[in-house]
Amino acid sequence: MKADATLDCIGLYCPMPIYNTAKKLKELKPGQVLEVLADDEGIKEDMPAWCRTTGNELLGIEEENGEYKAYVRKNK
Amino acid sequence: MAEKITLVVFSGEMDKAMAAFNIAIGAASMGMEVSMFFTFWGLNIIKKNEGLIKSRGLMRKMLNSMNRGGSKRLPLSRFHMAGLGKWMMGKLMREARFPSVDELIATAKEAGVKFIVCTNTMGVMGLSKEAFIPEVDSFGGVAAYLAEAKEGRVNLFV
Repeated sequence: MKADATLDCIGLYCPMPIYNTAKKLKELKPGQVLEVLADDEGIKEDMPAWCRTTGNELLGIEEENGEYKAYVRKNK
Repeated sequence: MAEKITLVVFSGEMDKAMAAFNIAIGAASMGMEVSMFFTFWGLNIIKKNEGLIKSRGLMRKMLNSMNRGGSKRLPLSRFHMAGLGKWMMGKLMREARFPSVDELIATAKEAGVKFIVCTNTMGVMGLSKEAFIPEVDSFGGVAAYLAEAKEGRVNLFV
């Protein structure tokens, strides 16, 4: 999936991936897509929940060898 | 208007403090307005690490020397084992690159979390404002807490 920016959260545990996502997304313009790399499995539940609450759109989460790539489109 | 969440931080142990800060930082990341009310043993989390804690009277002096507090002195709520358990847990957390209490405090502040200190327990323990870290936003009582809590849908006691 194509992204406008990438955020590396490998090695970080909850709540840092969503904290960093919230911070990074502020730098993006509405409509742009952020790719979040993480290896804490919690991201599978946390990123959808974070997007639901904050009104941003989760385009998908890809999993490969215990690493995750979450794609978030900034709406707000 | 942003949704509100409050946390009453009653406990003064490292693990419980971490749980409280994690929730606070998570909530702030989700766009919520977060207030943390520190009371009783929870005051230890936000006491300064350095210097003497001044207080008046023999019993208060005894209490504050036995209950010195400070983010670097917090015990574990289980398996503290006179510091050995805490040392081991600290090692595991550093290996896992888990943030320390100090880092969590800094992140919480950066995320806009408000720290409020309970003046009642400050008074009982004979603590002055100088005993606390500068990250504290205000000093208040139960009304200050409830005014926030009644507008919050998530109110936790740690």
